[in-house]
Amino acid sequence: MKTEYTITVYTENQVGLLNRIAIIFSRRKINIESLNVSPSEAESIHRFTIVISETEEVVRKLCRQIERQVEVLKAYYNTNDEIIWQEMALYKISTDAVAEKLKVERLLRECGARAVVIRKDYTIFETTGHREETDKLVEVLAPFGLIEFVRSARVAIIKASNGFHEKLKEFEAYEPAEELIENEFLNKQDEVFTM
Amino acid sequence: MQTLEKEITTTVATTTTISGSQALLEALIAEGVDTVFGYPGGAIMPIYDALYDYHDRLKHILVRHEQGGIHAGQGYARTSGRVGVVFATSGPGATNLVTGLADAQIDSTPLVCITGQVFAHLLGTDAFQETDVINITTPVTKWNYQVTDANEIPHILAKAFFIARTGRPGPVLIDITKNAQLQKIEYAGYKKCEHIRSYRPKPIVRKEYIAEAAKLINEAKKPFVLFGQGVILGKAENEFRAFIEKGNLPAAWTLLGLSALPTDHPLNVGMLGMHGNYGPNVLTNECDVLIAVGMRFDDRVTGRLDKYAKQAKIIHLDIDPAEIDKNVKSTVPVWGDCKETLPLLTKAIEERNHSEWLAKFAAYTKEENEVVIHKELNPDTDELTMGEVIRLMNEISGGEAVVVTDVGQHQMVASRYAKFNKSKSNVTSGGLGTMGFALPAAIGAKFGVKDRTVVAIIGDGGFQMTLQELGTIMQAEVDIKILILNNRFLGMVRQWQQLFHDKRYSFVDIQSPDYVQLAKAYGIAGATVDNRSSLKDAVTTMLNSKGAYLLEVMVGKENNVFPMVPQGCSVAEIRLK
Repeated sequence: MKTEYTITVYTENQVGLLNRIAIIFSRRKINIESLNVSPSEAESIHRFTIVISETEEVVRKLCRQIERQVEVLKAYYNTNDEIIWQEMALYKISTDAVAEKLKVERLLRECGARAVVIRKDYTIFETTGHREETDKLVEVLAPFGLIEFVRSARVAIIKASNGFHEKLKEFEAYEPAEELIENEFLNKQDEVFTM
Repeated sequence: MQTLEKEITTTVATTTTISGSQALLEALIAEGVDTVFGYPGGAIMPIYDALYDYHDRLKHILVRHEQGGIHAGQGYARTSGRVGVVFATSGPGATNLVTGLADAQIDSTPLVCITGQVFAHLLGTDAFQETDVINITTPVTKWNYQVTDANEIPHILAKAFFIARTGRPGPVLIDITKNAQLQKIEYAGYKKCEHIRSYRPKPIVRKEYIAEAAKLINEAKKPFVLFGQGVILGKAENEFRAFIEKGNLPAAWTLLGLSALPTDHPLNVGMLGMHGNYGPNVLTNECDVLIAVGMRFDDRVTGRLDKYAKQAKIIHLDIDPAEIDKNVKSTVPVWGDCKETLPLLTKAIEERNHSEWLAKFAAYTKEENEVVIHKELNPDTDELTMGEVIRLMNEISGGEAVVVTDVGQHQMVASRYAKFNKSKSNVTSGGLGTMGFALPAAIGAKFGVKDRTVVAIIGDGGFQMTLQELGTIMQAEVDIKILILNNRFLGMVRQWQQLFHDKRYSFVDIQSPDYVQLAKAYGIAGATVDNRSSLKDAVTTMLNSKGAYLLEVMVGKENNVFPMVPQGCSVAEIRLK
């Protein structure tokens, strides 16, 4: 059964990696519903948050394909009840509508919205929450002339996670040798490669 | 250059001023590269200019098309077990690599491809011969990277070789802008890469899975081993033999696993898959424990998945965690390098006899022999068969030759009947099925194992896709034997049209030029043969010739490859005719 899953991917910061991850989905004709890239709790490590609707088996296989990528450290997948998540939305409506119709103000309070910008011609509100919550305000504002609407990608925290610091230490555990190698393999080429 | 080399090798602490191009070539030499296959062009000229001074240390083979170059690199990698290196220029040079990259990606062949790119300040301006090589090649490379500053070259090349050859090997492409090739840098020597934080080439072996797997094998009455190229890539041929010999486990191979176990080994029960042997296919659906070693359950191996080995417990050994449970759900996943996991498993299993079970394979072999094999190898018809040509080749070469095949009927026949004594002796395009692969791959294969006979077996269709590489064979004096099995048809497609499309032969009738004359034009000796009485002499002449030789054998026009698992059928529904 298809369910909404949130995939959290810890990666190096590398040009082109977004494409490498995106084509894992597009190659299989899977639509990414939401994608967010941001820094993570661990220094120099980036964090992708990807939302898709698929079966658990498909999501597990996708995560393995993602982890195969050289610059990916780890991919986790979670159902909605395993994460705390938020999306932010911005709404632009005419200031006259806000000022003249008290009802709007009350509705905004109910939806937990706040005004970010108030100008003579328009006002911009912002809400943060789950999809249903941000959608609800769209419905409510529509009759009053919603000029513009935009919603951000999902950001999510995994409830059971202890963060990536410890995991990162595991990845860094192996230290490479420091000495320089100077053409020493030229005469023993059969030993050079260990596949 | 002599002085430069001296400076670099004697003074590690200090630096030398060299160009990005020189840094690249120094990296190749430090990685033990001896041969590069390539084709020059505008955006890679600084590298070729530097190569002029390195020609005594780096052999460069000028191919006739970049696709030929990359297939040669693949052939080299497959026979030598090392990383193949390919040079191409920007734009069309780079896009011509794409087929070879896809082929190497799906067949896990280690390659490092270097492409030239326009100056960094011209990126994204639609400059002459500019193309977005990194994005074009992302789906078909294990890793790729664009270098715009020469200071990156030493460590990026080190990373490229490390990624290409470790874990599940694959192709890596490094795109270097022209300014970086020209830029002078302070060079402090080359340091090989041994670790990348985010990259785990080998999963850690979980001992509990070894114990579970051994328990299943010890309890099995009808165990069956499938092996793929993982055994060859892991250099674990001896470990694999010890494993199957201790348990007396019958073992069947995938197309790319071919030659990992000698053909004559008593436990080698044959080939899996669509045109594989009768016993291995039927008994896949009768075994009680299926042990898959370094193979990925390709659809050509499994046939219909929902009817594949449903009765069996599955043990899957693979270095790539993404392969476990991808197509076939495993009972026990044994993640890891089979060089490490096989000895652990061998130690944990008990000696067994399994004579009754092995006799079942023998019975199926006998039946297949009577219905298919005997008449393919010893036909009583006037027409020559592909099988008898392969039989003669086996008799004359004794299974010592490296066999490079193209794609189609001849590939299946050659894989079924060619004999192998040594590993890394079979080179073919398995996953991608690239027609035109064999001729250039054979060139590379020969540079990978210079002391061995290399035979390229090619159909009349595939040969015409990359025959320009005859020019490479001529110029570089590559001693390969070209065996064209000419049935005047695109045979495999024709076979399908006959069997599944009411004999509607749609555009499979293909004409050929006079191949002997063509070879002659390139200074390559050759002959054509269409009758049994002169066939053996012709094959002998080819194999014993000094230098390159082309032999065209006119075989039956409408012969089919059997057995066959029709598409959409289970492996147990394999047809003998």
